[in-house]
Amino acid sequence: MFGSYEFDWSSIPGSLTFLGQGLMVSLEITALAIVAGIVWGTLLAMARLSSIKPLAWAAAAYVNLFRAIPLVMVLLWFFLIVPKFLESFLGLPPGSDVRLASAMIGFALFESAYYAEIIRAGIQSVPKGQLAAAHALGMSYPQAMLHVVLPQAFRNMVPLLLTQAIILFQDTSLVYVSALADFFGAAYKVGDRDGRLVELVLFAGAVYFVLCFAASQAVRHFQQRLQRA
Amino acid sequence: MITIDKVSKHYGNFQVLTDCSTHVNKGEVVVVCGPSGSGKSTLIKCVNGLEPFQQGDIHVNGTSVGAAKTNLSKLRAHVGMVFQHFELFPHMTIRDNLTLAQVKVLKRDKDEAAEKGLYFLDRVGLKAHAHKFPGQLSGGQQQRVAIARALAMDPICMLFDEPTSALDPEMINEVLDVMTELAQEGMTMMCVTHEMGFAKRVAHRVIFMDHGKIVEDDSKEAFFANPRSERAQQFLAKILQH
Repeated sequence: MFGSYEFDWSSIPGSLTFLGQGLMVSLEITALAIVAGIVWGTLLAMARLSSIKPLAWAAAAYVNLFRAIPLVMVLLWFFLIVPKFLESFLGLPPGSDVRLASAMIGFALFESAYYAEIIRAGIQSVPKGQLAAAHALGMSYPQAMLHVVLPQAFRNMVPLLLTQAIILFQDTSLVYVSALADFFGAAYKVGDRDGRLVELVLFAGAVYFVLCFAASQAVRHFQQRLQRA
Repeated sequence: MITIDKVSKHYGNFQVLTDCSTHVNKGEVVVVCGPSGSGKSTLIKCVNGLEPFQQGDIHVNGTSVGAAKTNLSKLRAHVGMVFQHFELFPHMTIRDNLTLAQVKVLKRDKDEAAEKGLYFLDRVGLKAHAHKFPGQLSGGQQQRVAIARALAMDPICMLFDEPTSALDPEMINEVLDVMTELAQEGMTMMCVTHEMGFAKRVAHRVIFMDHGKIVEDDSKEAFFANPRSERAQQFLAKILQH
């Protein structure tokens, strides 16, 4: 099927700096979304497990909503619609560009829904008696969660959290819809400029594969070590 | 010290406790026994408010457990509790298990807390294990650490919820010995246990529960010599046969 196509990889070496910058953007977005996802996801998970019903329902609605919508759509909303709405609502002067920040926030909010589910399972994996024992020693609920339940929950969750981080890294490629020069966006731009889209997209795919495969192998290795310990 | 006054509790339609009243005086050791499902564990968990109840009230050292304005955390900080499954914190060393609540709840400084923790660890004969994690200790050792952890908070009374039920037989005595010593020092204790030998040796009073009700509440001499209810007679006959 490639019989008539002549591969030409020559535009890649000269663009490596630009592509490297794109990769850094991807990694930055990943790191930001992991931190935001774990913090916001932990709060969502605790809300879902709360005995205060409206809080639990609100958190469940949030998680179910974001898990039932394609990521690319969330990104577009936060890129196109939310900034416009904010502009008119907050009376921002026209021209103040909040689109990228908005898209980033959308990304973090989306990923938090997935983190919330992982963290909820992690919290539930800690025996109930641990919370009772912490309470019996006079600890308040926040103290008991912070010092007793969450440390154990996170320990149980480490492999899942890392796996989710790898998925999240792949998901960052979708931010190209917000015209952000992430790794995939950068590769696309170079390919478009030089008329070598096929090569650049293949190259980008290979890089994603190598990074993600290596990371998932590392997680597996780590998991086995954890099980032996 | 502990006054339980007409406490009732239900989950939906299921009545767990019905009209339970009793008291534990300062320095008294009260053993609560009865068949499984009789509500004895639930009752003892009501004493420090781990289980909420719908009717009646419990006073610990004059503080109402049921009143909405009571700061339960503050109350629990001075009511020691020991659980069936030890519930040591597995992600911390023994030393940290002993100091965590002292530092976070009683706001003691770290050194003072560690000193106090190690003192009680020594009392239960496990000082050499301070650096270990709970998973490295036997069940009996873990339960002794759990007792030391509770004692480090300077409790005004101790609640034991089946402290030896999850232990292998050869480890039961090491835990009962610690409890006996504690009782002899005059600690106010309420113990849910099936260990009738312990009750005979150490208890001042025995409470017998069945179907969520307190059926007998008597001195140990009266209870063992002449249980009044048929249900308690049957229970004792079954337990003491072996």
